[in-house]
Amino acid sequence: MTRPRPAPDPATLAALDDRARERLTTLLDDVARDPLRVRRHFPAAAREVARGPLDPTDPDGLRGPTVDDAVREALLVALADALRGDPDRLAVEVGDLYRYGDAAEKRAVLRALPRLDGLGGAGLPLVTDALRTNDVRLVAAALGPYGADRLDPAAWRQGVLKCLFVGVPLAAVAGLDRRADEELAGMVARYVHERVAAGRDVPEDAWLVLDRFPEALPATGLAGELHSPHADRRDAARRALSGRTLPYPGSQED
Amino acid sequence: MRIFDPHIHMTSRTTDDYEAMHAAGIRALVEPAFWLGQPRTGVSSFTDYFDSLVGWERFRAAQFGIAHHATIALNPKEANDPRCVPVLDVLERYLVKDGVVAVGEVGFDSMTAEEESAFRRQLELAGEHDLPVLVHTPHRDKLAGTRRTLELVAESGLPPERVLVDHLNETTVTLVDEVGCWAGFSIYPDTKMDEYRMVRILQERGPDRVLVNSAADWGRSDPLKTRKTGDAMLAAGFTDDDVDRVLWRNPVDFFGQSGRLLLDLPERAAADTFEGNSLLRGERATARTA
Repeated sequence: MTRPRPAPDPATLAALDDRARERLTTLLDDVARDPLRVRRHFPAAAREVARGPLDPTDPDGLRGPTVDDAVREALLVALADALRGDPDRLAVEVGDLYRYGDAAEKRAVLRALPRLDGLGGAGLPLVTDALRTNDVRLVAAALGPYGADRLDPAAWRQGVLKCLFVGVPLAAVAGLDRRADEELAGMVARYVHERVAAGRDVPEDAWLVLDRFPEALPATGLAGELHSPHADRRDAARRALSGRTLPYPGSQED
Repeated sequence: MRIFDPHIHMTSRTTDDYEAMHAAGIRALVEPAFWLGQPRTGVSSFTDYFDSLVGWERFRAAQFGIAHHATIALNPKEANDPRCVPVLDVLERYLVKDGVVAVGEVGFDSMTAEEESAFRRQLELAGEHDLPVLVHTPHRDKLAGTRRTLELVAESGLPPERVLVDHLNETTVTLVDEVGCWAGFSIYPDTKMDEYRMVRILQERGPDRVLVNSAADWGRSDPLKTRKTGDAMLAAGFTDDDVDRVLWRNPVDFFGQSGRLLLDLPERAAADTFEGNSLLRGERATARTA
């Protein structure tokens, strides 16, 4: 071999103990020699190298990668390097790892997509597949930087709304500031109204969108809920609007 | 009472079942890949099912504080359909996964040559992937099926302690005990075993190398039969430690041979009561925790 394989991300290496680092090096060398070995090493990587949260406040890896995501990303980067010059084969191999992956493996593929040189847009069908699931780990990973750059506006908005539905923190959504628009705000506002009309609480993260588009919520019937004949709806509206004044007249009423 | 149900088909069960199971003490289970009642006609039906066993069903179980594992195989009944047999070529994708704790269910249904061929190939795969094997014994002609099963296991060279022979009864348990395989018993409302006969067998042969399961599925079955067996054991004079051994430590010991058990439960769901929290059997690689 005349060319060294890419070194793993320093942050990944820092998260590993000596034994795990040594094992990862062995697996990466193996993939560099024979790319098809990734089919065995990628699924086995968590138990053979390391697993667990990188950020203890994010145990399921909703907002960012877990240790096993980082280890698997290193394997995929090594695969992309070994298959450089053959993007079709890279797309098939990455697609199959996702296709046959369990949820943790699928999540790792989604997270690694922006790092895979040569893949281009071939990862987009994996992102849209993940957005069709109801698994919070996959929905969250699908809305990372790769999805933020490539999903069309309608699919991206539906993905963000799904996060609010299934309980994925919007901190998981890459490019929220850049891509959020009035149409998304309208969808979120109607969702908030639906919740309040059912007497339910509203996810706090909805405000990350609504506060940037203050016209969206008043366009719904939410303010009317403050005067609903039903106590549960009035209470839900007050809870939803507490701390927020204009342009929601009546929101500070007792 | 902490319980590990080593054989239950949760794909066929409801969330009410998951809640009742957790309330009864069930904290971990193994879902073997099997026949779905409606015959499959192609490989992709299998792979979608396997995906569900390692994906959605594991996710669903976690919501109820139950650690879900799977065994993966071409089952004996569908080994007879040439449209299904090519699934043998994709099994390896699944046999390398975390949480896949055995090859199974394999074995015999109608004792055909096709079943025997698939059985042999999958015993080889278990050896290649260093996995235990879960063997289904036939409902009809069970004694002959169990005998032939044990011959094939012996020919495979797999160590008997890595093989679980399931759905046993009074007439087949001795054969299995003699060769040193693990003995599995399915406790059912009508057919197979009931919890009182199970207690009698435990009194006769002791609690070594025995697994008790509900095998609950889409038929008339009861996902709480493991708990009911534990209660029947206590009523018959067995100790809490005996019950813990049969209903928890034995399945952990058998499937732990895979090194793939995932007993780290989602703490949000059930941390308050789960005694085996943060337990991971087999080879464990850890991240730096400081």
